[in-house]
Amino acid sequence: MLVKLISGDRPRSLILGLVLLAILVALAFAPFLFPGTRSVDTAARVCIFILLVASYDLMLGYGGIVSFAHTMFFGMGAYGVALASIHMGRGFDALLVGSVVGALAAAALALVIGLFSLRVRAIFFAMITLAVASAVAVLVSQLSGITGGEDGLSYKIPRALTSAAKYADEKVLGVRINGKLMNYYLVFFGSLILFLLLLRLVNSPFGRVLQAIRENDFRAEAIGYRVIYYRVTATCLSAVVAALAGSLFAIWLRYVGPDTTLSFEIMIDILLMVVIGGMGTMYGAVIGATLFVVAQNYLQNLLGAAEEALVDLPVLPLLLNPDRWLLWLGVLFVLSVYFFPTGIVGRLRRRG
Amino acid sequence: MSDPILSLQGVCTNIAQYHILQGVDLQVPKGGVTMLLGRNGVGKTTTLRTIMGLWRAHQGSISFDGQDISATPTPAIARSGIGFVPEDMGIFSDLTVEENMALAAASGPINPARLDWLFSVFPPLKTFWRSEAGNLSGGQKQMLSIARAMIEDRLLYLIDEPTKGLAPAIIATMAGALRDLKAQGASILLVEQNFAVAKMLGDTCAVMDDGRVVWSGEMKELSEDAALQERLMGLSMEAT
Repeated sequence: MLVKLISGDRPRSLILGLVLLAILVALAFAPFLFPGTRSVDTAARVCIFILLVASYDLMLGYGGIVSFAHTMFFGMGAYGVALASIHMGRGFDALLVGSVVGALAAAALALVIGLFSLRVRAIFFAMITLAVASAVAVLVSQLSGITGGEDGLSYKIPRALTSAAKYADEKVLGVRINGKLMNYYLVFFGSLILFLLLLRLVNSPFGRVLQAIRENDFRAEAIGYRVIYYRVTATCLSAVVAALAGSLFAIWLRYVGPDTTLSFEIMIDILLMVVIGGMGTMYGAVIGATLFVVAQNYLQNLLGAAEEALVDLPVLPLLLNPDRWLLWLGVLFVLSVYFFPTGIVGRLRRRG
Repeated sequence: MSDPILSLQGVCTNIAQYHILQGVDLQVPKGGVTMLLGRNGVGKTTTLRTIMGLWRAHQGSISFDGQDISATPTPAIARSGIGFVPEDMGIFSDLTVEENMALAAASGPINPARLDWLFSVFPPLKTFWRSEAGNLSGGQKQMLSIARAMIEDRLLYLIDEPTKGLAPAIIATMAGALRDLKAQGASILLVEQNFAVAKMLGDTCAVMDDGRVVWSGEMKELSEDAALQERLMGLSMEAT
């Protein structure tokens, strides 16, 4: 049953299997295991970024397509929910319409970009996506009457998904059963289902052809596969999933802005998560996103604790000052790329 | 001679500023093995790649099974019934042997009887069925490359130097497999530098020089005429 659920794509490493199971359990019971606004928010972000990074891995890891427009698709889903919620009023219908329209718009744009640029060499596709993503980011920033500009948009989501909605008088394991908890589980199950669908896709004949194209596109053509068709389809599917991840993010945050959804920094983060986790593995997205988001949120705390513990020593407390967390994050990435050139999943699988 | 399955008329192909094919005329009859011979760099591989549409002929026509395929996209050429084994093998090394074979069976699931036959001629493929193709030895990769083309019944097989760089035992396996394929009545256009293999398998033969076919006829005729070999290819089969 479990093997079928993961489309027969076994972790192929005991350590990897255990780590993935631990992450799944931690995310499934995060509100109960790690109560507190910040930790649950981190868990929700981990879920969303796993999905976003997995959708990027479909393009980069499986299709060999380098794109810099993934945050644009992510943002389209997020802005879809925001705009629908503002114009249609709070309600599940607005969330549904916003998500569907955002995903369709992302697919349409991916189709246009793909048809125009995937015929040419990969580097041109990368440059075109960079240009289009920058143009969209500027457009969103400029059209403040519609998008809220740099300030972004705040909106209301259905009451059933907010803390105001109470589902039980008693706390369960010290946690209030309210709309916020439901919102978390919407994000968790939404991400889980879409991730499993992506896993199904990459383990289908379509996924195999995509891998073949990544390795040798001439050869794939010579055995009868239309490379452009597969590349464009992968780009569109990837864009749709990224947009749906954006919709989940918008539902969770109740705010969208260029910095939270469209920025180039997020694009770089996604790239790092894919590379650290392991390209072309899907499970790499789980490991990479979890490590990255947790480090982003808790490295400062860890450094603060380390600084206090080493306060009597020379130099070290200065180096471990919480303000230097970005430096240490960088060091961690350099080390992980050095020690895991095929990503953490690739390394663990080779050991397994 | 029966109607040719493949016919090239005055095919010219340029790669960048180089005129590689300069008017190739070639007929491949239905059934049997046509050898494409010639020294290195005379355009044999480019001819095969041009037939597959991987390089475009800028002049001349290519007709396959009665249809002009000069401007047909490569995937459509492949699906029309041509199995191509390139010189560099072109296996997908990140995929398993099974996945490589399944991809090549583009028209549907693998025929079990066909697979059993391939396992009998290339036993290592059965042994390494679920292994990544990148982990195979050079000879095994070549077996996979040829088996991939043979996984479905094709109207024509284009095979580029299948024995290049292989150990004698593996060459014998390759030759045996091609002989089996020939016995099934397949049409094959084979580029081969190993004259012993060429002599054993070839029915008809075309010799290329400087981007053109300079001689064509029966393989037997060429293999028995040392002077002709010397004139066309600068060496004698008897000497090899």
